[in-house]
Amino acid sequence: MNKVASVGHEYVTVMIGSQMFGIAIGLVNEIFKPELLKPVPLSHPDIAGVLNLRGRIVTMIDCRRRLGIAAGEGVQDHMAVGVERDGDHYGLLFDGAGEVLRFSQDQIEPPPVNLDPHWKRVSKGVFRMESGLLVLLDVSILLDFGRKAAA
Amino acid sequence: MDELLRDFLTESGESLTVVDGEMVKLEADPNNREVLQKIFRLVHTIKGTCGFIGLPRLEKVAHAAENVLGKFRDGVIRVTPDSVTLIFESLDRIKEILAGIEQAESEPLGDDADLIERLGVLAALDGRESSKIGADGEADPFGPEVTTLAAEPLIAVISADAVRVAAGEPVVAEALALPAVKTGEAPLANQSIRVNVDVIEQLIVMVSELVLTRNQLLEMVRHSNDSEFKVPLQRLSNVTAELQESVMKTRMQPIGNAWAKLPRIVRDLGAELGKKIELQMHGAETELDRQVLELIKDPLTHMVRNSADHGLETPAERKASGKGEQGTITLRAFHEGGHIIVEIADDGRGLPLDKIKAKALTNGLVSEGELGRMSEAQVQRFIFHAGLSTAQKVTNVSGRGVGMDVVRSNIELIGGSIDLKSRQGHGTTFTIKIPLTMAIISALIVGVSDMRFAIPQICVRELVRASEGSDTKIERINRTSVLRLRDRLLPLVRLSEVLNVSTGRDGDPAEAYIVVAQAAGQTFGIVVDTVYDTGEIVVKPVCSILKDIPVFSGNTILGDGSVIMILDPNGVAAAVAGEVGTRNAAEDALGGMVADSEPKQSLLLFRAGSPEPKAVLLGAVTRLEMVDAQKIERSDGRHVLQYRGNLMPVITSLAGSLSREGAQPILVFSEGDHTVGVAVDEILDIVEATLKFELSAAGSGVIGTSVVKGRATEVIDIAFHVSDVFQSWFSKRSSGRGRPSILLVDDSPFFRTMVAPQLMAAGYDVTEAGNAELALRLMGEGKSFDIILSDICMPGMDGRQFAAAVKRDPGWRETPVVGLAADTDENDPGVFDALTRKFDREGLIQTINGFIHTQERAA
Repeated sequence: MNKVASVGHEYVTVMIGSQMFGIAIGLVNEIFKPELLKPVPLSHPDIAGVLNLRGRIVTMIDCRRRLGIAAGEGVQDHMAVGVERDGDHYGLLFDGAGEVLRFSQDQIEPPPVNLDPHWKRVSKGVFRMESGLLVLLDVSILLDFGRKAAA
Repeated sequence: MDELLRDFLTESGESLTVVDGEMVKLEADPNNREVLQKIFRLVHTIKGTCGFIGLPRLEKVAHAAENVLGKFRDGVIRVTPDSVTLIFESLDRIKEILAGIEQAESEPLGDDADLIERLGVLAALDGRESSKIGADGEADPFGPEVTTLAAEPLIAVISADAVRVAAGEPVVAEALALPAVKTGEAPLANQSIRVNVDVIEQLIVMVSELVLTRNQLLEMVRHSNDSEFKVPLQRLSNVTAELQESVMKTRMQPIGNAWAKLPRIVRDLGAELGKKIELQMHGAETELDRQVLELIKDPLTHMVRNSADHGLETPAERKASGKGEQGTITLRAFHEGGHIIVEIADDGRGLPLDKIKAKALTNGLVSEGELGRMSEAQVQRFIFHAGLSTAQKVTNVSGRGVGMDVVRSNIELIGGSIDLKSRQGHGTTFTIKIPLTMAIISALIVGVSDMRFAIPQICVRELVRASEGSDTKIERINRTSVLRLRDRLLPLVRLSEVLNVSTGRDGDPAEAYIVVAQAAGQTFGIVVDTVYDTGEIVVKPVCSILKDIPVFSGNTILGDGSVIMILDPNGVAAAVAGEVGTRNAAEDALGGMVADSEPKQSLLLFRAGSPEPKAVLLGAVTRLEMVDAQKIERSDGRHVLQYRGNLMPVITSLAGSLSREGAQPILVFSEGDHTVGVAVDEILDIVEATLKFELSAAGSGVIGTSVVKGRATEVIDIAFHVSDVFQSWFSKRSSGRGRPSILLVDDSPFFRTMVAPQLMAAGYDVTEAGNAELALRLMGEGKSFDIILSDICMPGMDGRQFAAAVKRDPGWRETPVVGLAADTDENDPGVFDALTRKFDREGLIQTINGFIHTQERAA
């Protein structure tokens, strides 16, 4: 994982359910609208399926399921963030189109201790915005299906 | 690393591989000056380059070796196995030093004085030896070991044709026709360039993408009429196809590259094991994908080692079994329908069936009963299972834990398959089928529910459409689905179940497609809802988080842009095995069945009349049918059913009553033109069991009671129940004394397995013997038989000799011996009391009954 510190200050924000999340912009390849998503039998329930993005096969992650957010909460404008990990392409499904925010490291606070352990594992910190709180997603943990605890 | 040094290492590595191969040739044919010249030139080049880039240690060794080679070439010293071994030693040393250089980028420390001295001694052996050459140089060119070089001091650059000219053969015309430049290789060198493998890999990826995009475009245009894109797209399509082919070609390498090291390995093995081995290679020029080549290199080497170590016998053993002392390992490669077939054959002892069986049993791979029903080929295939090395001892050469199972999984990893044929005493042939390339494969696209999947064509045997009401339909035994396909039962696996996909309904669909696939040594049917089409697909690896799903081997993008998963038939086969076990593994057509001394029988369990299970010998049952109860009619006081255009009597004595409506299960028995149905209440299962009868009173309709699956089960005497229908079929059995016993002597296990259940069903005890010698031994052990059946044509003591031996024995003189003639020309009973046709079961049973009745009357 390329956690390049210099670009760590810019985040793409996405809505998953009614919660806003931030993903380091350096990790994001693109934002796209998923089409022709095909489910993969026998796969992990958090995997929504696979699709073809300009000749590339992208494995789609159902972030709602992965984060335990009930369906129907919040808006349902399906979009996806394309990220790359170990040469594989993944798409993180989310609900609302986001924007790019910029803030410095000292504005980020560690996740509160009483946060759901599920969430605590995948969040790198919390950013206080005027409109609400933004949870910074640790994409590598989110995609770590080897360790079952993440689910 | 210095680029010059790197190039030198690559080139020297290649040269040395060639030299290894050529040296083996030279040893076999010391007069071949062309080979010698080639070796000399390659070693000379290595030496020269060493001097140029400053590698003194390497240069010294190469120089000493070159000296000896020079003396060979000049005919000063003779090529002997010892001298060749010494050269090999030098080559190994050179490789060792090269490996050191590759690691440390400088020459490793070491002392080669000893080797160089020995090379020096050899090189100094001129004069004395060479004087002889002139005298008998041509006299014995194929002498046993010491072969001399051609006497004439031929010029250095020389061709095979020229040698023949020198030998006085009339090849003038041919020689004239040849172009003057016979040295040949220099201009060729300029036509090829070295390209980094990564560049080619990158090209392949790009072309694959291009193919996909093209497919998508084609799909789009196909749906729109009169598109202006049609013509240019057609052109793009053609260009893409050509480009794909050309790029694929860059990856192609002759399989000979993977074989290059084998002659040396085989030579060394031969020396080590004290065996004489000839390695023949055919089709070395057959090309296949570089990546595939890399992956089969090790399995191939392993298999050739195996053949040399286990397959071939020692010269003494070979002589004893009437073969030539020299064993042959043959490698053959050729193209066949988009695949490469590689055969590794030896003319050795063949696979030891007994040892494999014993090992399979001890390792719990199979139960004794299952083993009994397996064909030879199936037993042999056990060597592909883990932990089944048949090597008697672990030698230096093989049996080091890397078994054929590893070979198989390596080959299956690249989408290939492996099979074998072996005949005891005649040798073993392994056949590997591998795809030309891994990047693009042809596949069958099938559908389940609304999902599509690709099945690689390489493992698809055929496609069967099954529908209710036709002959081809899915049947169930217990909860297991099977398909009757050309008299074989094919285990079926539902793709929807394997993938846990809901099809929105229960049970069998009225219509389904069955993909008959072969993988992991099993043939099985995959039930799918639809078959779309076949096509070339670009295999893309699945992402790491989907990797551990065993039924998928990759994924691909279809022409319409959607992504589908590629099924791994091996993964599916594992699912089949998990579901139905190995007992349903499809038999090879007429695969020889092997029976043990205490045969287990396949029984069909059913319920009829009472809640307790009943059984019949499965071998006696022809078909299982479910018929509409209303279709069973009454005629002349009997139940009959219109069955396949005939009226079939239906016996209801077992079931007691028939159901009025719904489905009525019927067991169908047939013999020649006669068919009879037996109505039962419910078909339960098919099991294997050793029948240990508690005999019942004759005439009760029950052969006896045996414990099957832990329950006392009546084994039904079908002959009794059908006897009122067909008097002629199974004659009334003897009563009043025990079951008459029959000794069945036949070398064909298949025939024995086929006939024994029939005889048992007809009320006889059967003892089997695979040959006359065994039969005589059984007879000498105090066993008693009422009648002896013997095949006429048998290896070793034949049937007539056997019958004569029986008649000579006072204790057995009275026992009737019936000859089983396979050939209709065989009409003279001779020593036999009667002859009967081998495959005329009705006649056979009548003959036996005849003798038994006579005996009874006499008694």
